Amino acid sequence: MSEPPRTIHELSAAFTKGAASPVAVTEAYLARIGALDARVGAYLTVTRDAALASARAAEARYLAGAALSPIDGAPIALKDVFCTAGVRTTCGSRILEHFVPPYDATLVERLRAAGAVILGKTNMDEFAMGSSTEHSAFQLTRNPWDLARVPGGSSGGSAAAVAGGLAAGAFGTDTGGSVRQPAAFCGVVGLKPTYGRVSRYGLIAFASSLDHVAPFALDVVDTALLLGAAAGHDPLDATSVAAPVPDYVAGLAGGVKGLRIGVPDEYFGAGLDPEIARAVRAAIDVLRDLGATIERVSLPSTEHGVATYYVVAPAEASSNLARYDGVKYGLRAPGGRDLIDMVSRTRAAGFGAEVKRRIMLGTYALSTGYYDAYYGQAQKVRTLVRQEFEAAFARVDLLAAPTTPGVAFKHGEKADPLAMYMNDVYTIPASMTGLPAVSVPCGFSAAGLPIGLQLIGRALDEPTLLRAAHAYEQATPWRERRPGL
Amino acid sequence: MISRQDVEHVARLSRLALSEAEVERMREQLSGILAYIDTLRAIDTAGVEPTSHAVPLVNVMRDDEIRPCLPQAAALANAPDRSDAFFRVPRIIED
Amino acid sequence: MSWETVIGLEVHAQLATHSKMFCGCPTTFGAAPNSQTCPICQGMPGVLPVVNRRAVEFAVRTALAFGLRVNAACRFARKHYYYPDMPKNFQISQYEEPLAEDGGLEITTGGGTRRIGIQRLHLEEDVGKLVHEGPFATAQASLVDYNRAGLPLMETVSRPELASPEEAAAYLKAFRAVLVALEVCDGNMEEGSLRCDANISLRRPGATELGTKVEIKNLNSFRNVQRALEYERQRQAEELEAGRRIAQETRLFDADRGVTRSMRSKEYAHDYRYFPEPDLVPLKLDPTWVESIRTALPELPRARRLRFVSQYGLPAYDAELLTQSRALADYYEAAVRAHANPKAISNWVMSELLRELGGDGDAALATSPVSPTHLAGLVKLIDDGTISGKIAKDVFARMLASGEEAATIVRREGLTQVADAGALQVLVDQAIAANPKAVADFKAGKTVASKSLVGQVMKASGGKANPAIVDRLVQEKLSRM
Ligand SMILES: [Mg+2]
Ligand SMILES: [Zn+2]
Repeated sequence: MSEPPRTIHELSAAFTKGAASPVAVTEAYLARIGALDARVGAYLTVTRDAALASARAAEARYLAGAALSPIDGAPIALKDVFCTAGVRTTCGSRILEHFVPPYDATLVERLRAAGAVILGKTNMDEFAMGSSTEHSAFQLTRNPWDLARVPGGSSGGSAAAVAGGLAAGAFGTDTGGSVRQPAAFCGVVGLKPTYGRVSRYGLIAFASSLDHVAPFALDVVDTALLLGAAAGHDPLDATSVAAPVPDYVAGLAGGVKGLRIGVPDEYFGAGLDPEIARAVRAAIDVLRDLGATIERVSLPSTEHGVATYYVVAPAEASSNLARYDGVKYGLRAPGGRDLIDMVSRTRAAGFGAEVKRRIMLGTYALSTGYYDAYYGQAQKVRTLVRQEFEAAFARVDLLAAPTTPGVAFKHGEKADPLAMYMNDVYTIPASMTGLPAVSVPCGFSAAGLPIGLQLIGRALDEPTLLRAAHAYEQATPWRERRPGL
Repeated sequence: MISRQDVEHVARLSRLALSEAEVERMREQLSGILAYIDTLRAIDTAGVEPTSHAVPLVNVMRDDEIRPCLPQAAALANAPDRSDAFFRVPRIIED
Repeated sequence: MSWETVIGLEVHAQLATHSKMFCGCPTTFGAAPNSQTCPICQGMPGVLPVVNRRAVEFAVRTALAFGLRVNAACRFARKHYYYPDMPKNFQISQYEEPLAEDGGLEITTGGGTRRIGIQRLHLEEDVGKLVHEGPFATAQASLVDYNRAGLPLMETVSRPELASPEEAAAYLKAFRAVLVALEVCDGNMEEGSLRCDANISLRRPGATELGTKVEIKNLNSFRNVQRALEYERQRQAEELEAGRRIAQETRLFDADRGVTRSMRSKEYAHDYRYFPEPDLVPLKLDPTWVESIRTALPELPRARRLRFVSQYGLPAYDAELLTQSRALADYYEAAVRAHANPKAISNWVMSELLRELGGDGDAALATSPVSPTHLAGLVKLIDDGTISGKIAKDVFARMLASGEEAATIVRREGLTQVADAGALQVLVDQAIAANPKAVADFKAGKTVASKSLVGQVMKASGGKANPAIVDRLVQEKLSRM
C-alpha cells in the first residue's frame, strides 16, 4: 500500500459510496503493517483474523446501507493498556507478558459497537511510565519521521502507527502527556479529553486520578469522530461524568471569530526549544488572523507541575501495581522459598527499572511520616494549579501553548530520569486539572521533525477546543506532509 | 537525601527484591528526584483544600443488583499455579 | 494483688446485601471455590469499584440504631499490605473520614446494665479465604478462594470500656441482636457473618494509664470471646505478677486448646500507607435520605422488652425470653392482639409452644402448626370456661398434630365442660351418697373434705365438669345437711 494514508472520514465516505471496501482497506493496512512494522515497531500484537472478520461484518452493513457509525469499518489500533477479551494484554510489561483478559474495556466495547476494525495492540512504555516508549519490556518503537528517534510516549506505538499509516486512527492513554507529546513528536493530532469524559474501565491503571483515554488521528475531524465513539457515562466507572455527549463534528466549522485565546507566559520560558517557540508563536498569529483575540495570561504554579506530578502519579502507581504478585495472573518467578520471597522475586523480575523507581518513589511518598509532606502537599498544590486555570478561564475561552519543550529526541538520549520527566512540563498541568487539551501539528523543525501546538479548554468544552484546532488545521498545510517510510 | 536503610525498608514495603547494586543505584536516583520534589515543601498551602479528583463528583453508587460472575474456569485461567479450583501460593511466613 | 481489665471489641459484620460491596457478584455462602468472582473482585488489571447503595443504607441504619453521628461527608481509602487473600494487595476501607462516629450500646450482665461507647462505624470490603495444605505451621503451600473477596463488611469499634470477658460476650450478644433486628446482617457466626477481634490490657485499679494491650484475632463465637479473654486475662496477670512486661502483639485464639498463641510478631510495625481511594468519589449523604432511614427503623430488642413489661404487665423474665428473637416477639404480640390475656398467652408460649417447637427461630415459628390466632383461641376457651386448663393441654396436643382450631377439636370431641347445674347436681348427690366418711369429716370441721368430694365429681364427669360450679354445688349440699 504505497498510497498515502486516508482519514477515517474519507474512508467512511468511500465505504458509503461503495468506492472502497472495508475488507480491502483492512487487508491493505495489514499488508502495510506486514511490510513496514518491522522497522517502526508500533505493534506488540496484530489481531489479523479478528480484524478481517469485523471488516467483513462492516462491509455487509455498508452493502445493506446499515452502517453503525461514522467509524464503522475504520481500521484502528489500541495501546496495549486496554483490556481486550481473549487477546493478550501486556501493558508493555514482562509481568503481564502472557495475560489474557476475560473481559473488554468499556472503550473496546464501544468501538466494537461502533463497527471499528481493531488491527491490534500497540507498544508502550511499561505501565505507561515514560515519554519515549523506550521503557517497553518488549521492543523499541521508532518515529516514522526519523527512525533514529523516539515516537514519544508512553503511547508511542499508537502515535507511530497513525503517523506511519499503519492504522487510520488509534487510542492511547494520557496521564501526564502520554498522548499529546507523542502526537507532537509524530505529527498527528492527539486529544486528551476532560477527566471522566471517557470511561477508564478496562484501562490498566497507572495513576487513577490522572489517567485519561485519548485518541490519535490524522486530522481534527477524525479526532472528533473517535472521541464521539468513545465518550459517555459508564456505570462501571464511578469517576465518569454523566453529561450528555455532544456531536463533536457538527460544530467544527464554526471558526474562531470572537474566541478569546490566552497565551501563558510560563509556557515560553527557558528550556523551550527556540524552533518550537517560533512555530507556536506563528500558530498563535494564524489564530489571530482567523479572528481570535489573543491575550497574555499567567499560570505561576506551572513551575511546580512536574514535582507535583512526580509525587501524585508514583504514589497512585505504587498502589495500583501492588496487585502484580504472581498469585492470580501474570508472571510468577520460580524458586521462591516462601510467599514473600516469591512475590518479591516476581516483582523484581517482572518490572523494569523505571517502574521499580516509581513504585519505590510512590511507596516512600505514602509511607508513615511522609504522607503530609509529599502526597498531601502535592494534592494541595494541585488545587492551586486548578485555581489559576479557573482564573484564566474567567477571562479567556482557550489557552494556546507548546505541547513539548523539544522535538523528538534520539533513542537513549535521555538516560537521566529527571531529564526525561522534564519533557512533560507543558502537558502535566492539563492532566492534573483534568482539563481537555489537544496537540495539533504546527510545523516542522529545520531537521524536518514535527512540532505540536497545544490548546487547552474548559472542563467538558471539547467542542470549542476542537473547533479552534480545526480552524487552525484548515488554515495551514501541515497535515499534507507525511513521513516517507 | 535518602539512606540505604530507607531504600531497603521501602523495597521491603514494595515487595521488590533489589540487588546490592540496585539498592545503591536506587538510592542515588531517588535522592536526585526527591531533592527536586522537595521544592514542593516550600510552597505555602495553608488553608488550601487538597484536590483528589479533577472533576468534583459525589455520591456515585450502584443499585444492589447481581451481575453475572466469571465461569470458574475463566476465573482461574490466568493462575500461575493452582490446585483444583484454588489459586495456589507458596508457604506463608509472616513478615 | 488485683488487676483491672480493660477490653475493647472490633466487630466485622457482613452486610446482608444481594451483591458484593463494589461489584455485582452474589454473596451466597458456600459456593464452589472461585465460582463467585468477576474481574473486579479478583482485582484484575483495569477494573474499577462502584459502591453498593444498599450497603451504605445498612451502615446508616446501624449507625442510627446505635446513636452514632452519620458524618456529613465520608470517603473511602486504600489500606495497603501484602496478603494473598487480598486480590489487589490493598483493602478498600475508610480511614480518616468514616461513615459514622460516637454512639453506644446498653449491655446487661450480673453486674447490672451499662452503656458501652462505640467509637466509629465504617464500610470496607472482605478478603478471600485461605486454606492451608496441612497445619499452618508446617504447610508448604496455601490455597486461595476469592468468593468471599469483596463482600460488604461493616466494622464497628467499641471504646475500651468493657471491664470483663463476661461484659465482652454480653456486648457481642446485644450487638448481634440489634443487627439481626435491623435485618442488616444474618448474625451467623459459624459462617463468619459476624467476626470479632478483641483488645485487652490489665492495669492497677484506679490507674489512669492503660496497660500494654494485646490484640486477639479470630473470635468466632460468644463462647470463644469469653474463653479467649478469660485465658488472656489470666495469662497477662501471671506475667505481670511475675514482674514481666506484656509485649504489644497480636495473638490468635486456638479454640481447640483454649489458649491464645502469639502470631510471629512483625520485624517492623505495619505501614498501611492509607490514601483516599482515587477510583471512588466522596459520599455526602442527603440528610433527607438519612432521616427517611431513621424513621423506618424497627423497634429494637431492648425497647421491645421494656414495652412488653409496661404494656402487657409481664414479669421481666417473660419479656426477656419473649424478645430473644424478633419472630417470637411478633408471634406473641399477634396472639395477644387476638385475645387480650398477655400473661396466660406468655405462659403458653414459654412452656408448651417453645417446648414443642424446639426453637424460637423464624423458621420454627413460621412453620408452627399452631398459629398465633389459634393459640389465642385456645386460651379464650379456657378463659370463658368452655374447657378446663387440663383439657386444654390435650386440645393443644391435637392442635399441633392436626393444625386445627381449638374450637373445632373441642366441638368434635365434645370436650366442653358440663356447666349445667341440673346434670351436675345428680353427680354431686351420687358422690355424697357414696362417701359418708367425707361428709362426716366435713361436719367434724375438716372443710378440706369437700375438696375430695369435688374431685370425685370431676372424676365421674371425665374431667369435663366445670370445677367452680361443682365446688359451689358441693358446698351448698353439705351446708344443707
Ligand atoms: Mg477492618
Ligand atoms: Zn465480583
